[in-house]
Amino acid sequence: MSFLLGRLNAQAFPIHEPILVATFVVVAIGGLIGLAAISHLRLWGILWRGWITTIDHKRIGIMYMILGLVMLLRGFADALMMRWQQAVAFGGAQGFLPAHHYDQIFTAHGVIMIFFMAMPFITGLMNFVVPLQIGARDVAFPFLNNFSFWATAMGAALVMVSLFVGEFARTGWLAYPPLSGIAYSPDVGVDYYIWALQIAGVGTLLSGVNLIATIVKLRAPGMTMMRMPIFTWTALCTNVLIVAAFPILTVTLALLSLDRYVGTNFFTNDGGGNPMMYINLIWIWGHPEVYILILPIFGVFSEVTATFSGKRLFGYTSMVYATVVITILSYLVWLHHFFTMGSGASVNSFFGITTMIISIPTGAKMFNWLFTLYRGRIRFELPMLWTLAFMLTFVIGGMTGVLLAVPPADFVLHNSLFLVAHFHNVIIGGVVFGVFAGISYWFPKAFGFRLEPFWGKMSFWFWVIGFYLAFMPLYVLGLMGVTRRLRHFEDPSLQLWFVIAAIGAVLILLGILCFLIQIAVSIRRREALRDRSGDPWGGRTLEWSTASPPPDYNFAFTPVVHDNDAWWDMKQRGFVRPVSGFNAIQMPRNTGAGFILATLCGVFGFAMIWHIWWLAVLAFLTVLSAAIFHTFNYQRDFQIPASEVEHVEHGRTRLLGSEA
Amino acid sequence: MEITTTSAGAAAAPIFCLTEEHEHAAGGSTLLGFWIYLMSDCLLFAALFATFGVLGGSYAGGPAPKQVFELPLVAVNTSMLLLSSITYGFAMLTTYQGRVVATQGWLVVTALFGLAFIGIELYEFAHLIHDGAGPQRSAFLSAFFTLVGTHGLHVTVGLIWMTTLMVQVGQRGLIPANVRRLACLSMFWHFLDVIWIGVFTFVYLGGMLR
Repeated sequence: MSFLLGRLNAQAFPIHEPILVATFVVVAIGGLIGLAAISHLRLWGILWRGWITTIDHKRIGIMYMILGLVMLLRGFADALMMRWQQAVAFGGAQGFLPAHHYDQIFTAHGVIMIFFMAMPFITGLMNFVVPLQIGARDVAFPFLNNFSFWATAMGAALVMVSLFVGEFARTGWLAYPPLSGIAYSPDVGVDYYIWALQIAGVGTLLSGVNLIATIVKLRAPGMTMMRMPIFTWTALCTNVLIVAAFPILTVTLALLSLDRYVGTNFFTNDGGGNPMMYINLIWIWGHPEVYILILPIFGVFSEVTATFSGKRLFGYTSMVYATVVITILSYLVWLHHFFTMGSGASVNSFFGITTMIISIPTGAKMFNWLFTLYRGRIRFELPMLWTLAFMLTFVIGGMTGVLLAVPPADFVLHNSLFLVAHFHNVIIGGVVFGVFAGISYWFPKAFGFRLEPFWGKMSFWFWVIGFYLAFMPLYVLGLMGVTRRLRHFEDPSLQLWFVIAAIGAVLILLGILCFLIQIAVSIRRREALRDRSGDPWGGRTLEWSTASPPPDYNFAFTPVVHDNDAWWDMKQRGFVRPVSGFNAIQMPRNTGAGFILATLCGVFGFAMIWHIWWLAVLAFLTVLSAAIFHTFNYQRDFQIPASEVEHVEHGRTRLLGSEA
Repeated sequence: MEITTTSAGAAAAPIFCLTEEHEHAAGGSTLLGFWIYLMSDCLLFAALFATFGVLGGSYAGGPAPKQVFELPLVAVNTSMLLLSSITYGFAMLTTYQGRVVATQGWLVVTALFGLAFIGIELYEFAHLIHDGAGPQRSAFLSAFFTLVGTHGLHVTVGLIWMTTLMVQVGQRGLIPANVRRLACLSMFWHFLDVIWIGVFTFVYLGGMLR
């Protein structure tokens, strides 16, 4: 091992793997074209000043969504390879993926889809929507928000680097020891896993703190807790869960790192270690994590259902309490992920029952949405289509979940494809459908023009049909006893089901392509799709009261809230938008500190992964001094002069006039 | 704050927006935000305590708590940290009185107590490792070193933060931003005291009973 490069040497580069070399060539060419285009169009200044250093919650929210989308493509490429492999590797045929590569793919797929696809998507939605819904100018800690985003992005970057430098973990997405210990995984894969998640985790935790403080402190006058929009409520509960769960992940991964780097005995087979301790700890984070993902999505569906039914949401209070109850219960069920640990009938019964109880508040929500639809004037716009598909699909996933919550059934079905089908059923049918509903609902708010509906509906139908084709066969296979994470099968009678699943995956691919086409077509036809009113759907909450896209300061005048559906109430009672008397507005100033700190954290992680100790020490000390240096900057605000506010608002007045 | 109506309706028409700029005091969310962060830190320690609770009896043929803990040393150490909390309290009192030099003086005293705590802890660790009771010896010692070491790491961060604040108070005096920072560090410092009470009770005293 050399001092200069640690474990990093020529063997780290996978030049003998055709798939990886081809991917690298494509990524490199694409990257070069991208860089050239940015330089040619002279966009570097705009990129740096307008986006990388921005502390505007709306732009940070959009960057989270872009990160989520990019990582969705990567994670889905992994999924497609797995489906293809499993559809062909029967009997004598070995498929196209060698075992050590296949194992990395299923690990990377899980890690990316949860941490770098779903999490950025929901954080992005919350970041963009929450301050607008509560009538605030920005989040409570705008600089921290920028750092949080870049920390998440650096975590994602480390996972991507592992594709071409070294390898990723071959342990499954939660890296259970002793397999993930140094004895069985001596190479860099698990270290990439650890540091990517640690760096991204810090970002997520800080963003959780930030959004709680925002919701508690920065609501518009008159917006009491029980007048908050449901999406804001679910965002509050999700961020409480983030703050309460992510420290556990940090500790768990830190203990695993100590086992790997220092030689401690937390999760080892010898020295008094206890691998089951890891599995308990990681699921104490991991179960709340799935509710972190789904709660804001429940919020999205609540907003969409009320808006597109033209009705007040049915059962607002019960919706709030159901959300809070789910938040609490999500902490009392973690052991259902390993009933087979052998903790005995009483313990298993406790966790089985608490798990089943969660279906009660969730069911209450489902009925609230149904009753909101009941006798509503339903408009089948894209967000509403996704919501209806969710209601159908999620109920199926919920029922198979209750089935798995019965310990004796779980003893039969655990670790099988039935489980894989179940959690894809709730994560795709819940989170992913909800993210698409949210994107098509708030896209006009973010960019000032609606998404083109035809390609959106194509995407919708490919996704929904593809989902059912891809995952219903897995339920069947799971019931037949097929275990998860297998690369090769002997029994030819299973092949048909895997082929159907692969066809489903191809349909989902078409769904993703249609979504990309939808965005491209919408950008081309943006003039025809322009939203001049700021309220294209007949919305009910405050974000629809301002312009699309909203000005930097969100609201020229802070709104005063009298009702749950504040904007609907304003429209009903003849609110007239003030067109004069604007004041100067104090706003936070952009800073590059967050990006620089996060990048240094990424360098630190890379150095730790490859045991380049001098670089790790150097990067660590630089992070520390850069953070301290940043605290010496006391001038973090600037004023938008009243004249500029007036200029922007008069522009909107003209726009509103041209519409009428 | 003056509120005027912007509605076109009659005099009784509801007010839908504030015509004066609605100012949230600068840093008005900082104390709450920091408090929430501390609660997440508390859970971090909770996970480490739980780990110690599970693995604290796994000696793997190595030494048990009675053979490695020196309670008198730990008692001295505990008093260092508790005294530093009192002196930080004095620093906050002088801060609110606006006395810059006195504040810095109490911060120096606090930092010295903190340094003494870290020094004694490092001495204890070095002693244990020298006796072959390092963190690699058994799961019990892994959990012990990690829990106590994480607390020590927090104290070290607190000391760096304190030094930074002494400089900043020297540069700009007790301006609202600095008072806010001192208040955050105050919460952090007392929080570490509470954690240490837990460590002292459950790890050291509880260990002697095993």
